[in-house]
Amino acid sequence: MLTYITRRVLYSIPVLIVSTFLSFTFVSLAGNPTAAIRANPRFSQQTLENVIRQNHLNDSIPVRYWYWLQDVFTHKLGKSLLTFQPIWPDITRTLGHTAQVIILSESLAIILGVTVGIFSAIRQYSVFDYLFTSVSFLGFAMPTFWLALLLQILFVDIYLKWNVRIFYTSGLNSPGQGTWSLDRLQHIALPVMTLAIISFAVYSRYMRASMLDVINTDYVRTARAKGLPEWRVILGHVCRNALIPIVTIAALNFGALLGGAIITETVFTLDGIGFYFVQKLQNADLYAVMAYLLVTSIIIIVFNLIADILYGFLDPRIRYD
Amino acid sequence: MTEVERQPHPAGQVTPESHAQGAALAAPGTLDATVEAGLEVKVRSQWSYARSRFFRHRLAMGSLIVLIIVFGAGALANYVAPYSFSQIDLTNILAAPSSQHWFGTDEIGRDEFSRVIYGIRTSEEVGIFVAILSSWIGLIVGAIAGYYGGWMDNLLMRITDLTLTLPFLAILLVASALLGQGSQWRVSIILALLLWTTLARIVRGLFLSLREKEYVEAAKAAGAGDTRIMFRHILPNTLGPIIVNGTLAVATAILIEAALSFLGFGIKPPTPSLGVLVAGGQTNPQQWWLTIFPGLMIVLIVLCINFVGDGLRDALDPTQRRVRA
Repeated sequence: MLTYITRRVLYSIPVLIVSTFLSFTFVSLAGNPTAAIRANPRFSQQTLENVIRQNHLNDSIPVRYWYWLQDVFTHKLGKSLLTFQPIWPDITRTLGHTAQVIILSESLAIILGVTVGIFSAIRQYSVFDYLFTSVSFLGFAMPTFWLALLLQILFVDIYLKWNVRIFYTSGLNSPGQGTWSLDRLQHIALPVMTLAIISFAVYSRYMRASMLDVINTDYVRTARAKGLPEWRVILGHVCRNALIPIVTIAALNFGALLGGAIITETVFTLDGIGFYFVQKLQNADLYAVMAYLLVTSIIIIVFNLIADILYGFLDPRIRYD
Repeated sequence: MTEVERQPHPAGQVTPESHAQGAALAAPGTLDATVEAGLEVKVRSQWSYARSRFFRHRLAMGSLIVLIIVFGAGALANYVAPYSFSQIDLTNILAAPSSQHWFGTDEIGRDEFSRVIYGIRTSEEVGIFVAILSSWIGLIVGAIAGYYGGWMDNLLMRITDLTLTLPFLAILLVASALLGQGSQWRVSIILALLLWTTLARIVRGLFLSLREKEYVEAAKAAGAGDTRIMFRHILPNTLGPIIVNGTLAVATAILIEAALSFLGFGIKPPTPSLGVLVAGGQTNPQQWWLTIFPGLMIVLIVLCINFVGDGLRDALDPTQRRVRA
């Protein structure tokens, strides 16, 4: 197992280098990083030249990539070209906010999705099953931003009609409120709901399918034949094996969402890492965008690895050499 | 199930060869036998079996009809839409839906219903163009990678590694920031260039297994060239998954285009696409009709395409049908 993990980690290093180099080239070509400095009358010609020299902006892209790589290791991802602020504090702050939202929404989606999946499978083709099948088909067809906007409209309307503030529709906190408060919960409730509904569609579908795969196997028949009560057959024998694929999907989903609930965060102007990325990309802030891409790529790689390890751990038939 | 009772399983009627060749005809052997037995038999191709399976799929057929109506309205937007998408009526700003303006009007008095119809036209153009282009790229790359292996196969697998490590939407945003510039066709090309890998992997897998079949060996022995084997012998057997994937790609492309346009990296405002319209509604949250109707149209289109895709999968690939337990 340890050699497998080492090999995977080592293998992901060249992949990371290639992918970051490609995105570095893309982002560099996408916008002129000095445009904002040139446009701002507060900066003199001298400052502009200093910025260009310090950041080696006149060099070719591969050379600049090399300098950027050095910055990543020696200066914690470097500084923004536009604001001259260090990037690292921004990344950790926004990532924290995103994690808060993602952990809540994914836990909600997994608990509900798995429960609904189990009931849909044991009562296949019942009204309940058809109802939630329709719900998840709707979930697959629904654009995330539209769902988010619907929730926003609903709660704005409630506020304007009855002057009741149930949930806030944008931002992260009212002034003077902290990270662990009811106020924060009121702010992140709608993004959490949006993401939970979309993920719920996926989990309930997968759980139903994987339950149906297991429920017809021989060992389940054996369990029934030896006289186990039905709930023990379902919970103790079917569910345990049916959950294995869900664990993998959850790990992958978690990684993907941590790197970018881009749309949801943008709609609710939530100070998360996805919204940070969109803002920086709009300003063509090269190093901030690159920092985001690097961090999220690493997150995705790590969670892919976790998914594989969990899979091998839960299913003893899988052996990694 | 009734379908099985009414119609013998197609695989039972055809010999491996004709089945393999995209099955132009039912096998001559079985045909002769039944004719001798004095029964009248209509010769049916695999395609006609698939067609009748699809026609019996009620959900898929219903979705197809809805889809034809919606896409037809979009394609004929010039004739269907009661107003032009840019006609400004300053006496009717942010009007609620009425008999005059079915979906209401926006902040400069443009008729939302007409804008949605024109938006459908843009979205369907993007969806169909992306599906066709990405299917062709995926098909060619997948076929070469699966049949020859070699550097093309290596390249495909390395690209797969890359896509597994990078956040997809982020890459899409970066690409459109570089190349998109708000034009419908540029956005479509970017989408196609990023979406072909799914199909390429599917086609590669199919080619890998099919190239070892006896009929390929037979074709080789008969002196057929590689191109002929790939496109006349193997390809027809992979058409089912390709068609299904292409159909679903239309839905994917429409959804992604809408998301891109919503974030401001896709199609830019003067052109109405469904994503642009939803984004426009965001500035007027109290005028719910500006958000609801274009979004509802996206959901309707994507839902119908997904159902049609499911129906096609059942019709074209009977071996993959989920058996009702």
